[in-house]
Formats: sequence, C-alpha cells, structure tokens
Amino acid sequence: MTSKVSSTTEQADGADGALVGGQRKPAGTKDVRRLDRVIIRFAGDSGDGMQLTGDRFTSETASFGNDLSTLPNFPAEIRAPAGTLPGVSSFQLHFADHDILTPGDAPDVLVAMNPAALKANVGDLPRGAEIIVNTDEFTRRAMQKVGYAVSPLEDGSLDGYQIHPVPLTTLTVEALKEFALSRKEAERSKNMFALGLLSWMYHRPTEGTERFLRTKFAKKPDIAAANIAAFRAGWNFGETTEDFAVSYEVAPAATAFPTGTYRNISGNLALSYGLVAASRQAELPLYLGSYPITPASDILHELSKHKNFGVRTFQAEDEIAGIGAALGAAFGGSLAVTTTSGPGVALKSETIGLAVSLELPLLIVDIQRGGPSTGLPTKTEQADLLQAMYGRNGEAPVPVIAPRTPADCFQAALEAARIALVYRTPVFLLSDGYLANGSEPWRIPELEELPDLRVEFAQGPNHTLDDGTQAFWPYKRDPQTLARPWAVPGTPGLEHRIGGIEKQDGTGNISYDPANHDFMVRTRQAKIDNIAVADLEVDDPGNTARTLVLGWGSTYGPITAAVRRLRTAGEHIAQAHLRHLNPFPKNLGTVLAAYDKVVIPEMNLGQLATLIRAKYLVDADSYNQVNGMPFKAEQLATALKEAIDD
Amino acid sequence: MTETTTAHGTGGPAGRGPAAAGTPASTTFASLSLVPKAAARQSMKDFKSDQEVRWCPGCGDYAILAAVQGFMPELGVAKENIVFVSGIGCSSRFPYYMNTYGMHSIHGRAPAIATGLATSRQDLSVWVVTGDGDALSIGGNHLIHALRRNVNLKILLFNNRIYGLTKGQYSPTSEIGKITKSTPMGSLDVPFNPVSLALGAEASFVARTVDSDRKHLTEVLRQAAAHPGTALVEIYQNCNIFNDGAFEALKDQQQAEEAVIRLEHGQPIRFGPDRAKGVVRDPATGDLQVVEVTPDNEAQVLIHDAHSASPTTAFALSRLADPDTLHHTPIGVFRSVDRPVYDTLMAGQLDTAVEQNGKGDLAALMAGGDTWTVIG
Ligand SMILES: Cc1ncc(C[n+]2csc(CCOP(=O)(O)OP(=O)(O)O)c2C)c(N)n1
Ligand code: SF4
Ligand SMILES: [Mg+2]
Repeated sequence: MTSKVSSTTEQADGADGALVGGQRKPAGTKDVRRLDRVIIRFAGDSGDGMQLTGDRFTSETASFGNDLSTLPNFPAEIRAPAGTLPGVSSFQLHFADHDILTPGDAPDVLVAMNPAALKANVGDLPRGAEIIVNTDEFTRRAMQKVGYAVSPLEDGSLDGYQIHPVPLTTLTVEALKEFALSRKEAERSKNMFALGLLSWMYHRPTEGTERFLRTKFAKKPDIAAANIAAFRAGWNFGETTEDFAVSYEVAPAATAFPTGTYRNISGNLALSYGLVAASRQAELPLYLGSYPITPASDILHELSKHKNFGVRTFQAEDEIAGIGAALGAAFGGSLAVTTTSGPGVALKSETIGLAVSLELPLLIVDIQRGGPSTGLPTKTEQADLLQAMYGRNGEAPVPVIAPRTPADCFQAALEAARIALVYRTPVFLLSDGYLANGSEPWRIPELEELPDLRVEFAQGPNHTLDDGTQAFWPYKRDPQTLARPWAVPGTPGLEHRIGGIEKQDGTGNISYDPANHDFMVRTRQAKIDNIAVADLEVDDPGNTARTLVLGWGSTYGPITAAVRRLRTAGEHIAQAHLRHLNPFPKNLGTVLAAYDKVVIPEMNLGQLATLIRAKYLVDADSYNQVNGMPFKAEQLATALKEAIDD
Repeated sequence: MTETTTAHGTGGPAGRGPAAAGTPASTTFASLSLVPKAAARQSMKDFKSDQEVRWCPGCGDYAILAAVQGFMPELGVAKENIVFVSGIGCSSRFPYYMNTYGMHSIHGRAPAIATGLATSRQDLSVWVVTGDGDALSIGGNHLIHALRRNVNLKILLFNNRIYGLTKGQYSPTSEIGKITKSTPMGSLDVPFNPVSLALGAEASFVARTVDSDRKHLTEVLRQAAAHPGTALVEIYQNCNIFNDGAFEALKDQQQAEEAVIRLEHGQPIRFGPDRAKGVVRDPATGDLQVVEVTPDNEAQVLIHDAHSASPTTAFALSRLADPDTLHHTPIGVFRSVDRPVYDTLMAGQLDTAVEQNGKGDLAALMAGGDTWTVIG
C-alpha cells in the first residue's frame, strides 16, 4: 500500500526557487542528493539557543512527514560558564524516510557554534562527517579556554571531516545591520542563521519557523523580524555560497506510518495529555500535587495550563505535601497524580505506603534521572526500578509500568490510571529523562479509541451483619479484583474512617490481631499480583532465535534498532519489551524458558535482571550502561552479537 | 453484594454524590456556605462512632472529643460532608471516634492531605487534628504552608507539651530543661509558641483554649468553624501520664485568676482578681506589658482587636506568657481576619480558564501544534 503525506504546514516539494506563500524553495542550481536518513547535532553554549534551534528543526521535519527521534542534552546549570566544556548544550535529531527508533548513534552533521562545542562533540563523529563551525568564535582566548593550543581548524586534526567554516556571527550581524539592534543583540540571532542554513541544506519547510518566530516575539515585532531575517539570511547563504555545493532531500516517511493525523511530541507532553485524557475517560477531575524537580517539572507546567479541563494543579511546599495533597484529593474522588524524579520518590515513600494501606487510586509519576542523591539532574537513567518496587517499609506492593518511547507516554498514563482506578492502588509510572525530553511523531488518537476508565463509587451498604442490619464495610473487597469500595465523603450513610494502622478485614477497624495482619498482608499482595495485564509479546520472526533480548522503558528504541541491525546481518534474535514491571505478564516465565539465553540491557546495574533472576531462576545476562545517555544501537548490536555467539 | 452507583457524567471537581445535590441553605458559618445542610437536626450522639475510645483514663483528649462532638450539631451541615484528618500521636486517634468521614494518616502530614481534600472538594467541612509533635516537629513545614495559603481547614492542635504516643519524650513545646527519657539532663531547645508561630506564618485565624474549659473551648470552635480559611486552634491538653499538670497554673482556680488573660474582641484586656490587672503598650518600646490598673492608666488599657489588619499586636499578646510558669497566658481568639481563601481562588481560576478558553476539548488539545496527515 502506498501512502502519501499531506501537511497542514506548507512543505518544499518543488525546486523552483520561488517564494510561494512565504515558503522558500531551493533554486535548483545546485546538486541535490537523496538520503534515506540523516543525524544532525546542534551544539553550542547553553546561552546559544541550541535547544530552541533543535526544536524548530524538529518541527519542520515533523511537518514534512519524516520519521524522527530527538535527543536534547544540556547541562544542569541554567547558564554554565560561557565557552566551557561543561557549558555545552546540544540537540541531536535523527530523521528518515522510513521508520526509525533512536536519535542515532553518531551525527552525520555537527553544527558547532564555538570551540567548546566542537571539542565536546567531535569525538562522537564518524570520519567523513560534515562539521559546520562558527569561525567567529574561534578566537585565541575561546580556544585556550577549552585547551586548544592551536586552532583545530588549521592544525589538520580535522582532516578526516568535511569542514564548512562559516563566520556565522559576522554574517548574522551583517544581515541585521538595517535593524536598530546593538551588535550583541544582533549576535543573538546567530542560531536562527544556522537554522536557516540547515533548513536549506535539508529542504526543510520554513513557514512554520517564521510563524513560530512571529508568535514567540509577538510583543517585540522588531525582534521577530530580526530573527526571521537571520533565518532567511542563513537559508540564502546556503543557496548562494560555493562552500555548500550540495543539498539533501530526505523524503517523507510515508509508508512508515499508518493512516492518521500526526504531530511531534515529547514524552512529558504526551504524559501530560495522557493524564488529561485519563481524567476525561474516568469522568473524574484531575488533581496534581507536585514539587518542581528536573526532569519532571514540565508536566506540572503543562497541566497547570489546562485548568479549563477541570485540572487542579497544586505546587506544594515539598514532595511529601505534593503526594499528600494528591492522596487527600484521591480520598475525595479525584483522579490524583503526583509527579517527581528519584529524589522526590524517596521523600514520598511513606505516603506511598499509606496509599497502599488506604487502597486509594493514586498515580506516582517518576521521571528518572541519574542518581544517587542529586546525581545527574538533566541526564537519563533507569535506576529507580527497585526503589519503585521495594522502596517502602513493610510489605507494600505497588504496580509499576513504564513507557517505551516518548509518544508511548500517552498510553502508559492511561494504563497507569486504569490499574489505579480498577484496583484502588497507587501505581508507579516510570518514565525517564530521555523519554521526557526526547520527541517523535505521534499519531493523534481519535477520542473513540480511548479506553473507558469510568469508576463506580460506593453508594450504599455492602454488608449484612449477623443481626440482619445493613452496614458499610470499607474493606469488603470485590471478589474478582480484590479492590475495596471507593466511598467518597459526601455520600450519606457511608461515613467511615481509614488509616495507616492495620485494619480488620472487612470492617476496616483498627486491628492488631496477628492472624488478621498476616491475612491482610497477603491479600494486599494478592491484589497486586492478580492485576490483569496484557501478555508479553515476543518478536521472533520464524521462531528461530535461541537468544532473547528483554528490555523495559526507554531502551526500547536502541534495543529494537540493534535487533534490526543484527537481523539484517542474518542473525537470529528474539526481542520482548516489558510495559508491566509489577506484576509481570503471566506468560513471562514461559517466554523466558523458551530461550537458551536471555540478555537484559538496562541503564542501571541490572535491576530488572535482579528481579527476573529472583522470580524465574533464569540465568539472565545483564548488559549495563549508566553514563547518563541512552544506549547506542551499534554498541548494543555488538553486545547482543557476542551473546548470540557465546 | 456491593451496591454501587456510577460516577458517569459527574466529572465536576466538587460536590458529587447525592449529598452534594442536597439543599445548601444559608448558614451562620460563612466558611461552610458550599457545604450541604443537614436534612434533620443532629445531636451529639450522631457524631459518636461505634469505636471504643482508647486514651488513658483521665487524658485531656476525652474532654476535647466531648466538646467537639457536642459542638458539631451546631454546624448544621450534613455529617457525611464533614471530614476529620489527623497525623500520628495520641491526639491523632481522634477521627476514629467521630462518626464522620475520617483519615488517620501519617506523622505530620495531615495538613497536606487535608489541603488536597479541601481544595478539590469545596462541599466538605475539613478538620485537622494534630499534636504538638505532629504539627510542630515533623509536620512543621506543612503547618506553616497551610496557614499562609489560607486553605479552608480547621486545625485543632492538641498541645500537651510532650510526645504522648511514644511514651514521653520532650516536644517542640516543652519548656527548656525538660527532663524526659530522651533528655535525662534536661532538654536544650527553646520551645515554640504555637500562637506566635502561626501568626508569623500569616495565619488569618489563631486562637488558644484549654481542654478543661468546655464553654471556652466550644466558643473558640464556633468562631474557628465560622472563619473562612485556615483556623488554627491551639488546645492546651493535659497528658496525665507523661506531663501531668502541665497547665495546672491555668486551671487551678486561684492561680488561674493571675495566670489567664481572656481575650475578647472589643473588650479591654484585663484580668486578675477584680480585673485589677491590664495590658498596656509601653510607649518607649511599643511592646506590651502587664500593669496594675489605676484610674490614671485605665484609659491606656488595650482594647482587644482580633480583626486588626496587622498581626503585630496579636503577636505581642502571644509573647506575654511566660513559657515556664505560663503566667499571663492569653486564651481566646488572637486574630481573625478575612483574607482570600485558597480553595476559592483555585476554583476561581478554573472558572476563569473556562470563561477565557471554553471548556477543555481534548481532541483540540491533542491536535494542537503542527500536524500532518498520512492518508492510505
Ligand atoms: C515517621 C514517623 N516518625 C516517628 C513516629 C513515632 N511517633 C508517633 S507519634 C510521635 C509523637 C507524637 O507527639 P504529639 O504529636 O505531640 O502527639 P501526642 O501523642 O502527644 O498527642 C512520634 C514521634 C511515627 N509514627 N512516624
Ligand atoms: S499518653 Fe498522655 S496524651 Fe496519650 S492518651 Fe495517655 S494521657 Fe493522653
Ligand atoms: Mg503531644
């Protein structure tokens, strides 16, 4: 079946060099080469606007219809010292005419806005890669700052690369000389010049960026005009200068996508929308109690924009109050959520234990980052799995689920809400920094596709006492789900007290009876163990593989890319990826037993592997990386190949 | 069999369930205007749960429980719309004994949990019960933030100046030098004065009362209940096991006359035998002092103004008491001022957002930004 892409934003599909409806088209006087995929990395000072530049290029690329995957990478400091290695901020984008899974291992093109950006990134480039350098910033002082004694542009050290030396700053200032801007102000638009140049190189649609700039600087029309001028100057520079002899086309990934309307979306945005959607589907108001922490704050920011959906966001005095308020709202009948990262989870643990005891629905969203302690706030890691599983006093089982890609955060939020609401339990949703900030195309679901999450509040007595009177027992369970009734304040006749002290089965009254406690501990565990979750799907074409690679969370992209490479090279390997970490899918044991070897790549020191080994007595191999970055496909492919051959 | 009803179509943030659809009529309690009225007259016994009360015999908590249960019918609201939330401590067992909705939560966190409940359900009357350790030690942060936000909560702080439940360690309100199991040579820390602390935390309503004075306690509860916003009521409570007689100076007939200053809004602040003593402002420092009232200085005796916009005088009053002897302890309402209520403001923002942007449309939200369409 052939598909075609139509875009709401205009796109470059011809080469007549005319400005059509504000859309710039290459003049067609230069060579145009077709590529199936490209990896670009924008790198500069944290103050250079690289994230914005990357975002814009991504939007252009998304609206053009390529498949894409992004990897923003920035320091924890807001403005780390200018021109230093720790201050380098970068944005990597992989786009293609087919479906892709990762932001790419190594950039084909690096845009280096200063010596620090070059030095910090050049090691990641394969020989032959193109490097666009802003030569204006290669002053003796700037180079010395990062330890370049002689200019790398002149000492031959970059001979293996295709260097495009471009005086980006000067050209930008020159292009803006008609604007009443100081030199400093004009220089700020150099990222837009670079974006214009790259947009020309890759035939990106430009109208979206111009519209974006007009909106962003609506209150400062001259700044908007200057940025647009710089953007166009960059584009024209590519078109006219001889240094750039070729431009590239990467066709839309039409056949990679099922029919539908798409947008580009980051993990945190998808997660926020998923929560709003869950609230709508449950017909319960959404209540977020949260305390700011990277990389989770964006969800608080996003949800606080949607008060017209009945969403209440409460920025609490600390993480404990954030989850406390959420739990209070859950008691009152809201769909309650708390969002945080690892250090915040540590603070919330006691309240999570209370929620386990109260058996109220509550979503705990943990956007994992490097740990322990403050760790690496802006880098990714998957090392909170055991914290989510076991980080509480007593036997306090909590379901754990994880999204696999940025867009998948939407579905994961709905699934977390389903489990919480049906089983009246806190649920952990483990995303991570890579998913949170990374982005990819998302097929916008139709409302009819969304699950029905409606719940029933208790409305009357549920128990007949020995003397025949009707009573309400807050801990009398549904025989199927073992969920207890959700009786919200305001319901007459159901007044009851709940608390963290052990409760008598059924009545919910305080009980210190040993046998009752044993029963309650086992019952709470059984409730979680028996949660209905989808079976694990295994991708094993032809059932020929002897080795299974098992993953969870954001490693999905790199693992799948590695598996593809191996299969292209004729290897046999099976792949499975867990959405549910607690409880595991019922068929997981059978799946594991079907393979001679199980390899578990994780961005931690083997936490899922520990769980799998303990539960299934399988001698799983752990493959680990904890450097704050996602796995690279090539590296994983090599490791998996070794496992296959072993 | 579980009898249930569906929540379909009741996505509103507050007031679900049949009770919410009741007939809220005007009430004497401004803070309860959104809470459904009781269908019929209620009595004290309606508020007693079937649970056996398990405090030590003679504990001051009994008297407070009785006073609260006795006062509740006066609220006139449906008891299913009343919620008691507590932390951990002897005092925090309180909700189990109230036949209302209740949550006995975790140590120190009741104000946070109650904040979530009150801000999401304006149709509820939410009460927090806490102890001096619960509120001022582990939960100090939540307390001050609840006060500054002015969430519609009534916080009853049972101050026995000791950790009761953990068997008698000194607390943040214990006097310096307190000998306890954890401080055999005497405690070293300066105590908090909960009223001073609350006033410093921007509280809009602060009062103090005593467990043994049922009438005074009830009157303070009445004023607290009527207050829109957070009301902090410090209740001096005797722990006869671990800190017996801590408030004896305020209870013993003879001593009390000297020790207790009863604050009444609009009345001169006088006390002692024949009301011979009064509180005046020292013109040199602006601070308050206790003087023998004479015809010469009678005009200078301070008139208590609980509604004063500035908390300065209320704070000065809170400092009159000697933390060791409790002499010159004011009781009553120190401060009661109208200030925007957090939950009302929060609900207001939701309404404004709907006015400005229309009711949320999920399909439109998801399709925001640049989109493209793939057609088969
Ligand atoms: C997290 C946590 N830390 C410590 C305790 C132990 N603990 C229970 S109550 C309490 C102090 C209670 O004192 P107070 O709040 O004054 O209440 P009272 O018993 O005097 O009424 C302590 C330390 C606990 N339950 N939870
Ligand atoms: S220990 Fe003290 S505060 Fe606790 S119940 Fe006994 S008397 Fe009351
Ligand atoms: Mg105490």
